[in-house]
This record gives sequence, structure tokens and C-alpha cells, in this order.
Amino acid sequence: MTLLRTQNLSACYGDFQALFGIDVTVEPGETVAIIGANGAGKTTLLRAIAGALATAPETVLFDGEPIGHKTPHEIVRLGIAMVPEGRRLFPSLSVEENLLLGTHSERVGPWNLKRVYELFPRLRELRRLPAPSLSGGQQQMAAVGRALMSNPRLLLCDELSLGLAPVVIRDIYQCLGAITAEGTTVVLVEQDINRALDASTRFYCLQEGRLALSAPTKNLDRGALTAAYFGM
Amino acid sequence: MQWLNILIQGSLLGGIYALFAIGLSMSFGIMRLVNIAHGDFIVLSGYVALLVTQGTGLDPFSSLAIVVPVMFALGYALQRGLLNQTLSGGLLPPLLVTFGISIIIQNGLLQGFGAYDHRLQEGTIETASLHLPGGIDVGVYPLLVFAVAVFAIASLQFLFYRTGIGRAFRAVSDDADTAELMGIDNRKLYALALGIAMIFTAIAGVLFGIRTIFDPAAGPIRLILAFEAVIIGGLGNMWGTLIGGMVLGIAQSVGAALDPTWQILAGHLAFLAILILRPNGLFPRTRD
Amino acid sequence: MAGNVAADLAADLEPVRVERATKASRVFAGLAAVVLAALIALPWWGNAGWMRLIAEMAYYVALAQLWNLLAGYAGLVSVGQQAYVGLGGYMLFYLTGVWNMNVYLALLLAGPFAGLMSIPVSFAVFRLRGAYFAIGTWVVSEVFSLFASLILVLGAGSGLSLTVPILREISPERDVRDTMLYLMTLAMSLFVFVIVYLLLRSRHGLALTAIRDSEPASASLGVNTFRTKFIIYVATAACTGLIGGLIFLQKLRISPEAGFSINDWTVVVIFMVVIGGIGTLEGPFIGMLVYIVLRELLADYGTYYLILLGLLAIVIMLKAPMGIWGWVIHRYNLQLFPVGRRLRLEPTDDSSKR
Repeated sequence: MTLLRTQNLSACYGDFQALFGIDVTVEPGETVAIIGANGAGKTTLLRAIAGALATAPETVLFDGEPIGHKTPHEIVRLGIAMVPEGRRLFPSLSVEENLLLGTHSERVGPWNLKRVYELFPRLRELRRLPAPSLSGGQQQMAAVGRALMSNPRLLLCDELSLGLAPVVIRDIYQCLGAITAEGTTVVLVEQDINRALDASTRFYCLQEGRLALSAPTKNLDRGALTAAYFGM
Repeated sequence: MQWLNILIQGSLLGGIYALFAIGLSMSFGIMRLVNIAHGDFIVLSGYVALLVTQGTGLDPFSSLAIVVPVMFALGYALQRGLLNQTLSGGLLPPLLVTFGISIIIQNGLLQGFGAYDHRLQEGTIETASLHLPGGIDVGVYPLLVFAVAVFAIASLQFLFYRTGIGRAFRAVSDDADTAELMGIDNRKLYALALGIAMIFTAIAGVLFGIRTIFDPAAGPIRLILAFEAVIIGGLGNMWGTLIGGMVLGIAQSVGAALDPTWQILAGHLAFLAILILRPNGLFPRTRD
Repeated sequence: MAGNVAADLAADLEPVRVERATKASRVFAGLAAVVLAALIALPWWGNAGWMRLIAEMAYYVALAQLWNLLAGYAGLVSVGQQAYVGLGGYMLFYLTGVWNMNVYLALLLAGPFAGLMSIPVSFAVFRLRGAYFAIGTWVVSEVFSLFASLILVLGAGSGLSLTVPILREISPERDVRDTMLYLMTLAMSLFVFVIVYLLLRSRHGLALTAIRDSEPASASLGVNTFRTKFIIYVATAACTGLIGGLIFLQKLRISPEAGFSINDWTVVVIFMVVIGGIGTLEGPFIGMLVYIVLRELLADYGTYYLILLGLLAIVIMLKAPMGIWGWVIHRYNLQLFPVGRRLRLEPTDDSSKR
């Protein structure tokens, strides 16, 4: 059974329409990439799935159940977790407190503090420090760890590589590999196209709020991708 | 020695002002909501205690066992049912809605109890005093109130920094949108926050009602005193609020020593002076 | 070469006209003129009771327009404007009673005095934001009230009364006096309204709307937000002081409680603006009418009408935050006092451009 499906998903910010009838599917265990230029609607799509944007109930289906109308915290309880764009760790909380916050939804599963520290050993050393004192890469790891603590079935990653050095990005994507090896389904939004395509089995390309291309990443036609990306 | 007396009386006065301020500080810190009716809720607690003591024969301290849960429930219901809806509309809706609530409470109390003064009677503890060396007399009651204030702030600090709920409060205070994305039910949390704030408001209302006469219109001045303590101390810092309350109390005591009718005015002037000279208060902590 | 390109481009653009008035506003202006004429003539076709009521409505509308300017346009939600009502009133009584000044001169000075006092006040309260600014203005008002109750020459707690000789300066005859005071109040209310209207129509009004919509954005465009807000605050204080002088001239007595009463001068005014429609020029009129009607209807029910007002304000804020007039604008796109600007494209029949 398809884990996540969007049907004709449209979303608006006030008078401005950001998404026009998006159809996306994600099967269990897959890693799906969403790529597109700035303003294409990638983050909007993730936020709509996570419940931060109100949409019609049937436009987002999780395990076949409509969730479009549900609030973000209800959706976390169902098993979808978000690593937000720009990390968005809580500045007043220490690293460990940020991670612990992920347990608020009280879901059971393989992820706990010990396992997150195994995945990101650096975080254990830094765990008592206030979150803002960490470097960008460390904060990104903490943000991923925080999302994992809710034991999600679907992990939404928004721009993991944003503002990070290539070496750091490589480390993070290696950890992502460990996560997907566990069976967690991942949807990742990325500006860095090569990273996104390396890490995923399928991708969708958005252009100005519309679906421009969807294909497996193997044997990809670069020409078609460029055309879809830039809307030519 | 007279000055030492003033310092001590004023500092102890800070205890009740800090207790006034806790509820205001909490709802602003967590929900960014300034409750204009805050002072009226303090007075309302006093009237609820009055009803309880008159109806059950309990003394005011014991009446807290009923007043506190009642005010908690009121705060929870108010936030959940009404105030949560004002949070997304910008500055005016919360301000005007709580303003409306303030008017309703004041006039409701006026209709129900009349414009008379009331006071809660606790007995001899109200006038007992400790005789310290050097000719200093310290009232037992003010000392008790101050101790309650310290205990209240300490328990809140414990709640915020050592419990899961406190962690959630701090997260929501930092970034309400992301907190929701992490699984926190903001609406319930806000309701809980106001409920807890009301617990301290109730305690403040009863303790204050024992010491001073109150009437339905006594709310606004409580709000102002709470507000002054918070601003003097600096936003986002509970212990700072205690210090702020003490500074306010001392300023008032100095004024009162010069002339009893100058007490409140002296406090206002000290507040304005600090506002002009140190706009962020004495110990600011909040980012915004 | 470049000059030709520019000229060609200019020729390509269709000429535009900036239009201020709408059809509705023209109709309304006509009606308003008729009503105004009738009100001015009131002393000759009405009685003293009517004049008192209309005068009260006039000064409430003026206070409401000023509060609306502060809160609805400049974003300064003040809960302390009663300070300036009291300051204006006290200045009038002080100058006439203690300095034996001519009553008209004293009245003219009351406003500027309040405006002057608002300057140091702004240094303190402008440090605060949002709801804390509101409470801060309240504290300031309490300070003035306390000072008034402590200063002996101002009558301390009991206040001051206006003596008969002062009243005689307006006119020895009661009827003429009533008419004079009524017309002065009407004139003052009109004056305040015209100032607010012209301000909002002007460049400064545009700046205010921009500030209200987004302070950072307007600041980044070069609007001096602090100076604009400061000027509005002081001007509003001065006008409020003038109104205060007139109010207490007619009440004949002033005391700290009455002069600086938050219930009389702020609570009621805020409700008028909120219920009528904040951020609109038409709102204060509507809100004032609603308030007066409610007050007359519920006169026998004591404080219940205040409770009702409170409930009404809450409901409006939750369900219709733009107030009655805001709802009308939204529904019918109507504006009676034209402050907006609309671009009208003039069709050109010159099809041969090159």
C-alpha cells in the first residue's frame, strides 16, 4: 500500500497560489527527491504534507487515510516527521533538550536518545550546550535527530544541505543512508540536484508550483531535467 | 536605622508584587499575550475566596484549596475557548478582547458584590511581627508572602527547566510553528499555561486580599504594579521580576516615608525613570 | 539616441489619472453638508437638552477619530489618552481660576499644553512595544492623575470648580452661553475631523498606512517611522487636550477622578472605534452612534450596558475584527470619505505611435 499520496494538491498563501494540483506518491522504504528552482513550491509541498498548511482532506493520503485537514501535531502522531528548512532548533533549549522534544508525540520505535547519539557521535559531546552554539552541520544533525526521536514512518527533509560546506553535506547524507537502511521512508527536498539524485531512487521536479517531471533517478535524461527545472 | 527599615519593608513588598507579576509574565513569555484583565483576575480570586470563606467557614489560607483549582479551570477554559482564537490576528485582538474581559469582570463584580470594600480575615498572623535586633520590626505576614513568592518562582523554574512540560513551554515560546511540527499541541499547551498562571494569580489574590481591602475596581492598579515589576526586572527572567518587585517596593517605601500619599506615585516615577534609563530592565533575558 | 528612446517609451504608455473621489463619496458629501447645516442651526430649532446630547456626540466622535488615528493608522495603541483630556481640562481651570486668564485664551492654550506634555511622555513610552506600550501609557495617565490629586493649587483630591465670572466671559446670558458652547464644540469636532481627514489624504497619510501595514518594510523604503509616530502622538495629544478643555468647560467642575477617568475617556472611545471599524474614517461615527443608542436604551440597567459593551467588543474582535464599517467596505467596496487613490487608465485613440 502506498505510504503517502497527494491528489490534486493545491495550496495558497493568502491570495497567492503556490501549488497547482500536485500528484505525488511515495512507497514504503523509498527515498524520493523533490527538486526545483527557488520558489518552485518544494517547501510548500512539504509543509502541506506536514499539516502546516491547511488543505482539503482528500488531497493528502497517508496509508490511505485523508490527512489534509489535520493539524501538524496530529500528523506527527501518525508518523510523519519534518526536518525543517534552516534547521529551526529551539534556541532556549540545549541540544539534548531539543532531541528530547522529539519524543513529545510518544510514538514507539527503534529511535531513542542512545541510538541518535550512535548515529551522530558528535552530538553526545555537545549535548548540554545551547543549540545555537553548534556549527551549521552539527545543528543539521541535531535537527535530523530531533525528527527521528518521534519514530516516524515518513521523514520529510527540507534542504539538508542549506548553507553547509560540501564535506559536512557528505557526512549528513552518509547518515541519511543509515536511516534509510533501517527502512524509514524519506522525502527530501534539495537545491543540490546531484546530492538529491544520488540519494534517491525516484524524483519529482517542480516548476512554479506545478509538477514538471517525474522519473526514476537511474538512467536519467539530463536534458529533460534541465528543461523541466527551468520551465523551457 | 530608619533607612534599613524602609529597605526591608520595601523588599518584602516586592514579594507580593512578584506574585502579581508571575501570571502576566507567563502568559506573555509563552503566548506573547498581555492579559489586560490580569489585575481583575487577581481581584476575582479574592472575591472567590470571599465566597468560599463565607460559605464554608474556612479560613482564607485553607480556602486556597478550592480557589486555586477553580481559577486554574477558569484560565484553562478561557484560553482554550476564547483567547486561543485571538493569537493569530496581530496586536489588537488579544489586547481588545482581554480589555473587554476586564470591563466585564469589573462590572460583573460590581453588580454582584456592590462597590464596597472587602477583606479576607486570617487572624493574628496579619499583625504579628518579629522583633529583630537594632529595633527593626519585620511583619510576619510580609515575610510569609515573600517566602511564598520565592517558593513560587523556584517551583516555576523547576517546571520550566527540569520537566518535559517545561521543555515544551520553552520550545513553544521560542518558535510556536516549529513546536507544532514537532508534535506539540499548541492550543492545549497555551491553555495549560494560562491555567498554571491562574494558580499563581489565585494565590496572589488571596494573600493580597488578607492584607489589603479590595473592591471591584481594584484590578487595574494590580495590573499596573505587576507590569511595573516585570518591566523593571527585565522581560523573560522570573528572578529578575522578583528583583523588579523589590525595587518597586523600595521606591514606594521611600515615597511613603516622605509622605504616605506619595507611595504609589513614587513607584510609578521609579518605573518611568528605569524605563527611560534602562529600557530593557535590569536583567533582561528575552531575545525579542 | 537615449532621449528618443525615452520619448518613444513615454508615447507608448497610456496616460493615467489619479482619482480621489468615488461616486458614493460625492453623494455622501452632499448629504453630509445638509446634516451639518441642520446641526449648526440646532440652537434655533432645538432645545438645550438636544444641544447637550449633540455636543457630547461631537466630542466623543472627535476623541474616537483621534484614537483611531493613533491606533488604527499609526499602530500606537494607547490606553492613556485620558491623560491629555485631564491635562487640557486642568490647564483651562488653572489658567482661568488661578491666573484670571480670559477663558478663550485659556482654552486655546489647553491644547498646546497637552501637546507639550506629551513630548517627555513619548520619550518614556516609545521604549515599549505593543501591549506593553498600552499599559505604559496607562501608567503615565495614573501619574498625572496622582499629581493632580496631590497638588493643592489644583484643588488636590476635590478638584476645581469654574466660577461664575469665568462663565460670564462667554456670555452673561445662559441661553447665549449654551449656544456658544455648543457651536464651539461642534466647530472643534469638525476641526479635528478635517485635520485627521486631510492628514490621511496626504502623503503623510500614505506613510501612516504603510507603517501600519508593515513597519520594517516602510522603514526600508525611507519612511521615518519614529518621526512620523512621534508627530502623530504629539498632535493627537494636543487635540485631545483641546477637547478636554471644552468638555470640562461645560461640566463646570474637574477632579482627578473625572479628568483622568479611563472609563469615561478611553474605554468608551476604544469601544466606539472597535465596534464602528478601526482604521476607517467612517468607523468612529458609526461606533459613536451605536454607543449612544445602547446607552440610552440601557440607561435603567446600571452597569449592565458596560458589560454588554465588553461582550460586543469581544464578539466583534473575534468575528468581525474590522468592525461594522470594515464589514461594509469588505462587502460593498464602499468608501464615503475618500482617502484612497485609484489609478484610472485613460483610453487613448492614438493608434499610430510610430
